Formats: sequence, structure tokens, C-alpha cells
Amino acid sequence: MTTVTADTHDDHHDHGPAKGFMRWVTTTNHKDIGTLYLIFSLVMFMVGGAMAMVIRLELFQPGLQFVDPGFFNQMTTVHALVMIFGAVMPAFVGLANWMLPIMVGGPDMALPRMNNWSFWILPFAFAMLLSTFFMDGGAAAGGWTLYPPLVLQGGNGFPYMIFAIHMMGISSVMGAINVIVTILNMRAPGMTLMKMPLFVWTWFITAYLLIAVMPVLAGAVTMLLTDRFYDTSFFSAAGGGDPVLFQHIFWFFGHPEVYILILPAFGVVSSIIPTFARKPLFGYSSMVYATASIAFLSFIVWAHHMFTVGMPIEGELFFMYATMLIAVPTGVKVFNWISTMWKGSMTFETPMLFSIGFVIMFTIGGFSGLMLAIAPADFQYHDTYFVVAHFHYVLVTGAIYSIMAAAYYWLPKWTGNMYNEKMGQWHFWLSTVSVNVLFFPQHFLGLAGMPRRIPDYSVQFAEFNMWSSIGGFAFGLSQVFFCYIVYKTIKGGEKATDQVWEGAEGLEWTLSSPPPYHSFTTAPEIK
Amino acid sequence: MNKLKQLFAGGALLTFMSSVAHAEYGLNMPVGVTETSRQVYDLHMLILWVCVAIGVVVFGAMIWSMIFHRKSKGAVASQFHESMTAEVVWTVVPFIILIVMAIPATKVLIDMHDASEADMSIKVTGYQWKWRYEYIGEDVDFFSSLDAASNEARQVGSKIDPSTVDNYLLNVDRPLVIPVGKKVRFLLTASDVIHAWWVPDFGWKKDAIPGFINEAWVKVDEPGVYRGQCAELCGRDHGFMPIVVEVKSEADYAIWLAAQKGEEVVAKMEAEVALVEGLTADDLIQKGEEVYRANCVACHQMKGEGIAGVFPAISGSALVNGPMDAQIDMVMNGKVGTAMVAFKNQLNDVELAAVITYQRNSLGNSVGDSVQPSAIAALR
Ligand code: HEC
Ligand code: HEM
Ligand SMILES: [Cu+2]
Ligand SMILES: [Cu+2]
Repeated sequence: MTTVTADTHDDHHDHGPAKGFMRWVTTTNHKDIGTLYLIFSLVMFMVGGAMAMVIRLELFQPGLQFVDPGFFNQMTTVHALVMIFGAVMPAFVGLANWMLPIMVGGPDMALPRMNNWSFWILPFAFAMLLSTFFMDGGAAAGGWTLYPPLVLQGGNGFPYMIFAIHMMGISSVMGAINVIVTILNMRAPGMTLMKMPLFVWTWFITAYLLIAVMPVLAGAVTMLLTDRFYDTSFFSAAGGGDPVLFQHIFWFFGHPEVYILILPAFGVVSSIIPTFARKPLFGYSSMVYATASIAFLSFIVWAHHMFTVGMPIEGELFFMYATMLIAVPTGVKVFNWISTMWKGSMTFETPMLFSIGFVIMFTIGGFSGLMLAIAPADFQYHDTYFVVAHFHYVLVTGAIYSIMAAAYYWLPKWTGNMYNEKMGQWHFWLSTVSVNVLFFPQHFLGLAGMPRRIPDYSVQFAEFNMWSSIGGFAFGLSQVFFCYIVYKTIKGGEKATDQVWEGAEGLEWTLSSPPPYHSFTTAPEIK
Repeated sequence: MNKLKQLFAGGALLTFMSSVAHAEYGLNMPVGVTETSRQVYDLHMLILWVCVAIGVVVFGAMIWSMIFHRKSKGAVASQFHESMTAEVVWTVVPFIILIVMAIPATKVLIDMHDASEADMSIKVTGYQWKWRYEYIGEDVDFFSSLDAASNEARQVGSKIDPSTVDNYLLNVDRPLVIPVGKKVRFLLTASDVIHAWWVPDFGWKKDAIPGFINEAWVKVDEPGVYRGQCAELCGRDHGFMPIVVEVKSEADYAIWLAAQKGEEVVAKMEAEVALVEGLTADDLIQKGEEVYRANCVACHQMKGEGIAGVFPAISGSALVNGPMDAQIDMVMNGKVGTAMVAFKNQLNDVELAAVITYQRNSLGNSVGDSVQPSAIAALR
């Protein structure tokens, strides 16, 4: 394959980026928008992380030392909303923006103006969400699950929070449409669907999930809004409504949502492991089918979040079986990653370390997920710290770790500079030790009986909470270090080659580092 | 260098694990004191060991491969990929393991759902932030909230060391009492928002949802005191509505029940007398303070200052300082859609009259009038 460099691109009488601040406001370039998304996501990760630090600070010792319980609830609620909608989802959209057009051999995203819009909605949405802290009654405090009737007791910030969620939803749906149209229309000749890199496949499926469920969330929160302000009674038992109905609608969105947060991660890891094992992915097509099965099953398991609401036994059995079934395609993925490593010739640069960390710790989160699927046992686990440990293993050491892996993997391509390998390794080990000190003891806390979403606890839980808080602070600091590493790489460093990684395969490595402003103006040749 | 780091990480993990092993607190789910809780515990351990076994195989293979298949050891990558056999094996084997897991889980679930043939029933209602227990068919009905010692220690900046408080946050003023060896059926509901009733030693939790009645049951084998907490986020003081269940021998339970009934009769008579004879304003204010502290401070705060934007202040409130009818209506009937619930379902006429009078003449207000229990009774 030929290397398309910045020089050839000039021959195509193309404009470069505009200068200064307006470049970023008006840009329709997939790389610029990708960068915006990624930076936004990093900022939100720090904001959500700061809230987590407040939570862990209060939980450091029994007794209430620092914050009012009402404010504590605002912290957990907004921490989760910021992390999910502000950190993880935009990070994956940023990766999609940067990589999808390149990976399919196209010049840009299919709908560049909409792309600009879907990004620029986000800063306003989150400014609105965060502004609710300064309103009478503070931010939402009913948990990110927004269960009525509790959430309806919120202060003046409530409608702003709902509106912010609507904006995030619109942004996500537009992003998803763009992804689908790009994948279907922008592929280079010869790039058949079953030749696409797995990251493209997982995003393709994720985008359908997004389009299917974000409107469901929008509907649910709109019903909350009318219940509160227009005297409807969708969820009010006193008016003939049903508070449990909300939970069904919410989790019909919510469970696919957790796969929205993890499928692109599967794609990232499936790209990185073969590179550093110097061996092709073990079962490409079975990976594609497993992703599709997971996506399908994710629509019929939602009530496993509601085993304790008092469903009929038939319902409980159905949701228990369906949930257990999801373990099968997930297992297929893990087995495939390991078989890819098996008999490879592995090296352990930072992206590989984060990917291996992902596989191990995501699997630990998967195990606790399997335990949670057993309905009678879930009657004990539900709403305890065991659940908090479970979803942080899949979200932090799962989704976030894959994003870190992706950042290290592609930063040299994006910036043209190698990151500092030694610092990357330090970042990995600091994060991995601290994240386990942070979340592993929470399994014990939950089993021993500590409920989640509480600002204070009885003294028998003191020791593990202290461990967990120490781990939390260390993990938080390690991520500040990550910001520094990224900053340093953008500023300079050893020049990266086009290939960057010895074992890397795929179209992105045929472009220069950094790639030209418009990726493939002439379609590459696909072998 | 890499090895060194791994060793270091491993060492840290080991010290951590050993410090965990020496500690005396719970690491695992309690076995509990009912047949159900033991079955749940067994299921938990079964699935845990299944996961550990799969983990050993999966992580073992990974670690093996990371040690031996590394480039620095001169490993050369073989290029094999795609194997239908492998894919089928690792789809079918987990599937079979799951079926083996699902069988006992189904059995336990069906047992847990069968609340029929109970010896007695108790209605449990969640309120922000206390529990109400009504013994169905017996004239016993009371509230149970966080005990005073914990409540004092848990205030922000109380400077009281929680470890000096007995059962900090896990103690209540009036525990639920049930007999040993009897099948007790619980009917769970809530008056305001969703709560969940959970005593880990009984092996389950169940949501208490406004407008719904959920069923659950226990049959406890050993007398004792069992503690739990509300498990569903229910607002500001969600962390502060514990559950304590005293399980007594049948004889002790009978004695306790008789005593409760006696107390209820006395309280009812006192209320009757107050209704007919009326109370002085001072008596009302004094009684009102007790009622206020027990029922209203969680939201309106000790000095009536409220919490801006969420719970209005009573001090200087236009409603409280205005015509009394509006205030009586607010306290008796609450306001739909807010945290202010209808207190006529929770308090008797004397208590209502007392707390209303108290709010008008204390907490920085001095309207100077009072209301008699009989006036409240007339409005029911
Ligand atoms: C769970 C929290 C909560 C508890 C407990 C509570 N209230 Fe309220 N109360 C509220 C809220 C919220 C409002 C505001 C309702 C509205 O939107 O008008 C309110 C309003 C009031 C008002 C009207 C104040 C005004 O200026 O509008 C009075 C009077 C009042 N409560 C009395 C009481 C009394 C008496 C008790 C105890 C028996 C009590 N409340 C317990 C939450 C609570
Ligand atoms: C920086 C590391 C993080 C720390 C220290 C941390 C810590 C916490 C803590 C202490 C809670 C409160 C648990 C409770 O009281 O119930 C919490 C809740 C939560 N966190 Fe995190 N967290 C981190 C990162 C993340 C990330 C990256 C995500 C998502 C991608 C996330 C998602 C959530 C969710 C969904 C909740 C539940 C909130 C709720 O109960 O409504 N967290 N976290
Ligand atoms: Cu789910
Ligand atoms: Cu609660």
C-alpha cells in the first residue's frame, strides 16, 4: 500500500484547518471533532472524578465529617451522570470520529456538519447539568437512575437536569446516525463488511443500540417532567399511575446503555491485542457474531436490575435465564482474546498492558455480573457495595481502561509524537494497583451488608472503606498524571513512524503520523 | 525491570489479602438464620466457586501465555486463527455450566415466592425516614426510627466518635418483635417514595413501593437480634433508617404482645381524655416539641430553619404565621408530589394539635393561638 502524506494532500488543492479558536468552533473535520470529543471527555472525567473524591473523602471514616447527606446524594447522582454521559460515551465517539473514516478508507465522516453540531451540544448540556448545583435545592439527588417518586422531590434544578439529558440524547443519536452512514457509505472499494476492523463493527452495532434506546430515555424523562409540572400521573400511584413502570422503561434503556459503554471497548481491545501478540485475531467472525448476540440479548434482560421490585415468578425466572445467557457470547470474546495471545510473540507496551488489564479485570466484573444474575442471590447483593464493585470493574477497569489503551495506542498516530513509554508503564501500574485497592474491598463490604448510596456507615465497615478511599485518592492522582503524559505527548517527543507499532495492521498505519487533514482523498486499495 | 514491578504488585496484593484475613469483620455473605438464607448462601458459594474455577483456567492460560509467549523470550508468533471446533466448545461448555447453575437457583426462587400458610402477618410501611410496623389482626402498630444516640453522633460535625456508640446506625428506638419458628408474612409498602426492607440474616430484601403491596416471609430458627438497613435510595436520610428485628421465644413474644396492647390501650385512653377535656396551650407546646423532634426535624430541621430549596423553613413561614386552616390542612393532608406527606395517617389528634400549636408558637414564630385535638378530630 502507498503512504499518503501531507504533501500529496496539498496537491488536491485542499484547504488546511482555519486558524485559532474559530477552527474548533466551526470545524467539520473528523479529526478536529474527534480531538474535541476526546478533550471534552478527559475534562469530564476529571470533573466526575473530583466528585468521586468528595464521596470517598466522606466515606473515609464512619461519621459525617464533611458534607451534608443531601449534598452527598447530589454527588453520587451527578458523578454517575457525568462519568457515563460526559466521560465514557464522548470518549468513544471521539475515537469513532478519529478512527472510523480512516479504518474504512474514507476521507471524513459522512455528515460533517451534523458532526460539528453533535459535539457542540455537549458542552452546553453539561454546563446546564452542572449549573443545577447552584440552584435552590441543588442538583438531582435521587441517583442516576432517576427513580420517581424520589426524583420528583428535587429542587429547582430538576427541569434543567431533564433538559440536559435531552440534549445529551440528541447529541448521541446524531453521532450514531453519522457512524452508521459513514460505515455504510464511506468504505473504500473492496472493504466488505466482513473485512472491517472489529472496532468498526462494534461501533456499527453500538450505533444501532444508541438509536434504539436514547429515545426511550427521552420518553421516560419527559414523563417525569410532565408528572412534576403538568399534573400527569404516569408514575404516581396516588393518581392511578405506576412507579415501577418508570423502572421498566428506564432499564429498557439502561441495560443496552451499559453495552453501549462496553461494545466499543471490545473493539479497541480486539485491535490492540493482535498488534502486540503479532498474531491475527483468533476468531474474527465469531467475534462479530458474539457482538451482535450480545446486542440482541441486551434488550431482553433489563429487569435483572429490578429483581426486588416484586415481579411475578415467571418474570423473575425469564430475566434470570436471559441474563445468564449473555455470559455465553461474552465468554466467547474473552476466550478469543486469550487464544489470540496464545503462542503469539508478545511485547508489553502501555496499550497492551491496559488491554490485558482490561481482559483480566473486565472478566472479574463479568464474574460478579454472573453472580448478580442468580436472582435469589441478587436479593442479597442488590443495592449493596457488591454492585458498586461490579459496575466499577466493568466501567472503570473495563470501559475506561480500553479508552486509556486506545489513547496510548493511537496517540503517536494522532500527534506524530511517541508518548513517554516509561511514564505510560508507571501510569498503568499505579492505576492498576490503586484501582484494585479501591474497588476490590467493596465486594466484601457489600457481602457483609453495606448498602450503596449511603453517606455514613456503621463501624464494622470502617476498615475496608478506609482502604477503598486510599485506593480512590491514589487512582485519582494517577489520572492527573495521565493528563500530564497526554499533554507532554501533544507538545513534543520522539517522532513516531507511520507504522508506529511493529505488529500493527490496518489502514490507519498506512497514513503519515500525524495523518493528513483529509484522510483518504483517493480510496486506498484493499487487499 | 518488568518482573520486578510484577513482583512488587504481587507483594502488595499479598500483604493486603493477609491483613484482610486477620481482620474480624465480615468478608462474606452471612449464612443467616433461616432455611431460605442458608439456601441463598449455598447458591452464592456455588456460583462463587464456579467463577473461581473458570477464573483459574482463564487467567491461568493468560498468565502462562504472558510468561512463555513473549518476544523477549524469543517466542515466534504462530499464525493460526479461526477454529470452528474451539468456538463450538467454548460456547457449549459454558452453556452447560449455566444450566447446571440455573436448576438450584430456580428451586430456591420458587420456595422464596411461596408466602402461603403464614402464621401471622405484619404490614411494613416505609416512610421518609422510618419504618411502621402494623401487626395485622392484633391492635399493635408503631413506628421504628434511628435511635437517639446514633442520631446525635451522625450529625455533621458532631465530634462524637461513632465507635463509642452502641451499634452505630444499626439501632432503633423500637424494634420489630417476632416469634421464633413461626412463618411470618410481611406485606411491604411505602407512603412516600420507594424504600427496601433488608435484614441480611434473613436472606432477602424487598422493595416497599407506594401503591403496591409486596409479599415476603421469614421463619427464623434462633432467637436473637438481627439488624439491617433500608436498601433503596429514599432521599436525604436514606442511610439513617435501620431495621432491628428481635426474635423471641413464643412465650416471650406473647408477653411482649400483651404489653404492647396494654400500652396502646393506655395511649388511646389518654387521647380520648385530651379530646374531651382539652389541653392548655403550654401542654400542647410541650407535647408538640416531642412530636416535632420525632417526626419533622429530618426535613424542617431542629430550629425550623429548613433546607433552602428542598424543605421550607417553619421559622417565619408565611403559611405557619397566617390563618391556621392552611397550616392544619398542610400538616394533615400533606402536599401531593412533594416530600410533605399527609400526617393524619401517622399522628393522632392530640399529636397533630400539639405539633401545629408548637410550630405557631415556637421555632421563632409567635402567633399566640392554639388548636384543640377535638378541632382536629372534627376535620378527619
Ligand atoms: C420528608 C420530609 C418532610 C417531613 C418529615 C415533614 N415535612 Fe413538612 N414539608 C416538607 C416539604 C417538602 C414541604 C413543602 C411542600 C410544598 O411544596 O409546599 C413541607 C411543608 C410544610 C409546611 C408548610 C410550610 C410553608 O411555609 O409552606 C408545614 C407547616 C409543614 N411542612 C409541617 C410539617 C410538620 C408539622 C411535620 C412533622 C409532623 C413535617 N412538616 C414533616 C417536607 C417534610
Ligand atoms: C475515578 C474513579 C472512580 C471512583 C473513585 C468512583 C467512586 C464512586 C463512588 C464512591 C460511588 C458511590 C457509590 C454509592 O454511594 O452508592 C460511585 C457511584 C457510581 N459510579 Fe463511580 N467512581 C469512579 C469512576 C467511575 C466511572 C469511570 C464510572 C462510569 C463510567 C462510574 C460510574 C458510577 C455509577 C454509575 C455510580 C452509581 C451512582 C448511583 O448510585 O446513582 N464511576 N462511584
Ligand atoms: Cu443490566
Ligand atoms: Cu432508603
